Amino acid sequence: MLQVEISGIRFKNPVLLASGIMDEQGDSMLRAAREGAGGVVTKSIGLTEREGYQNPTVAVLSTGIINAIGLANPGIENFEDEVRRVKEEKIPVIGSIFGKKEDYAFLARRMENIGVDGVELNLSCPHVKGFGSEIGQDPDAVEDIVKEVKRSVSIPVFAKLTPNITDMLEIAKAASGADALVLINTVRGIAIDIFAKRPVLSNIYGGYSGPGIKPIGVRAVYDVRREMDIPIIGVGGITGWEDAVEYILAGANAVQVGSAIYYRGFSVFREIVDGLETYMKKEGFESIDDFRGMAVMR
Amino acid sequence: MIYERVYVKESVRENRDVYTLLFESGIRVIPGQFAMVWIPGADEFPMSFSYTSGLKGFTFKVVGKGTETFSKLREGDSFFIRGPYGKGYMEYGQRATFISGGTGISSLAPFIEISKFSSKRLIMGARSKENLYFIERLRDKVDELIVFTEDGSYGRKGLATDGLRYDHDVIYACGPERMIRKILDISVEKDIQIFASLERMMKCGIGICDSCTINGYRVCVDGPVFSRADLINMPDLGRYTRLPSGRRVRIGDSREMQ
Repeated sequence: MLQVEISGIRFKNPVLLASGIMDEQGDSMLRAAREGAGGVVTKSIGLTEREGYQNPTVAVLSTGIINAIGLANPGIENFEDEVRRVKEEKIPVIGSIFGKKEDYAFLARRMENIGVDGVELNLSCPHVKGFGSEIGQDPDAVEDIVKEVKRSVSIPVFAKLTPNITDMLEIAKAASGADALVLINTVRGIAIDIFAKRPVLSNIYGGYSGPGIKPIGVRAVYDVRREMDIPIIGVGGITGWEDAVEYILAGANAVQVGSAIYYRGFSVFREIVDGLETYMKKEGFESIDDFRGMAVMR
Repeated sequence: MIYERVYVKESVRENRDVYTLLFESGIRVIPGQFAMVWIPGADEFPMSFSYTSGLKGFTFKVVGKGTETFSKLREGDSFFIRGPYGKGYMEYGQRATFISGGTGISSLAPFIEISKFSSKRLIMGARSKENLYFIERLRDKVDELIVFTEDGSYGRKGLATDGLRYDHDVIYACGPERMIRKILDISVEKDIQIFASLERMMKCGIGICDSCTINGYRVCVDGPVFSRADLINMPDLGRYTRLPSGRRVRIGDSREMQ
């Protein structure tokens, strides 16, 4: 009933672990899967090892979390064991990658060799100069990267887009060569401690996630679904099954959950999966497709 | 509020490079829990509480720029904390052995003081006499105190684990991972309960960044104190650790942080 297929990748349910949260280590991704996630997306991996920024890298706010971890990652050459650990248990793994424009195709090929089921292009990290959303705000760059990566690998390619732009649709169309769009990454923001009287994050700017950004994510999915037929994975502020339903009604084929691990623990995956199933039975839906995009007013 | 601003009430130099900072705060802390300490403009790092009732306190070794700046705070200076975080020590059985290596005694000390065991034995280990602290604080709080130094400059010569006996219901351990690995392996063989407080490179402190995770267990949220049932599921414990990048390296490797 909950099974979904996105460009040939079968997920036993549409609730996936989002990139950046508890997915640097193979055992952590496995834990998310054991606790109910239908699949996992890895931490964004680059060409070389990065330590990330100095602490503070995270601040918990009243309506969400702001972070500037700084794309810390062991580098693609040190990541194989982590992916292999998850694949031992036949869990669908999407390998997230970031880099300079010219790095994506190589990273995607390496990910494919390592054995991931698909790659997710992080075109949207809001807090590292020269990477992520600086590229992701440029439609031409997005189009080129997607094309180049599609040419280089035979596994599905997902493009994760930034909400830190004026026109979601323009970037979505630029990325339409991808097999699916992932909407949205975190929202660029600043948190100031009023007694320290300075920004909390050592990087000053961070990516805002959690309950506060849900309407922004739902809007992005809605806007794109109204105009485009491409598979969409909705992400941003999902902490309960109701939020997942909302994203699906806005047009998402699947969802990703990250910050909710802070709010609800790992059990959030099971809670969302069970809640989705109960909702579908109650509303008479037999598959996710039955109600996907139902709320989109055309 | 992201942080609580607190003021240093008293600063104590425990030995050459270990300091205690005491401060007032209304937070309720269970021994074994920690806070993220922020010194604006310098760094933010995890600190286990070494004093949990009345004045709160941290007792730490200067290991880098952040802790060095922290150690220089004096009465009236402010710093920022978020927490308390994590799971602390739980009382189990009647007779307890506490075993510490190096600065592990900081987190065990308040638990040794306030726990209600019928019998308490403390085995303290340090490299040398000049690395010891809290002996006077804890001497009267335990029935038996055994001190080991690696160079024999104080107490017995050897490692804290050399003093372990297996006549108690439970062992509480805090110290280097290789020490904890050794105690865990023995406690499994002798079928004794063990609780160990672990330390790993930590970033977020709230269970989302995956930096301090050992085999799927987050030190910051699922720990830092773990019972035997969890510890035996950590094949990496005492063998492999993680660099700030997340890269897994063998403990003792020259590239390793600690």
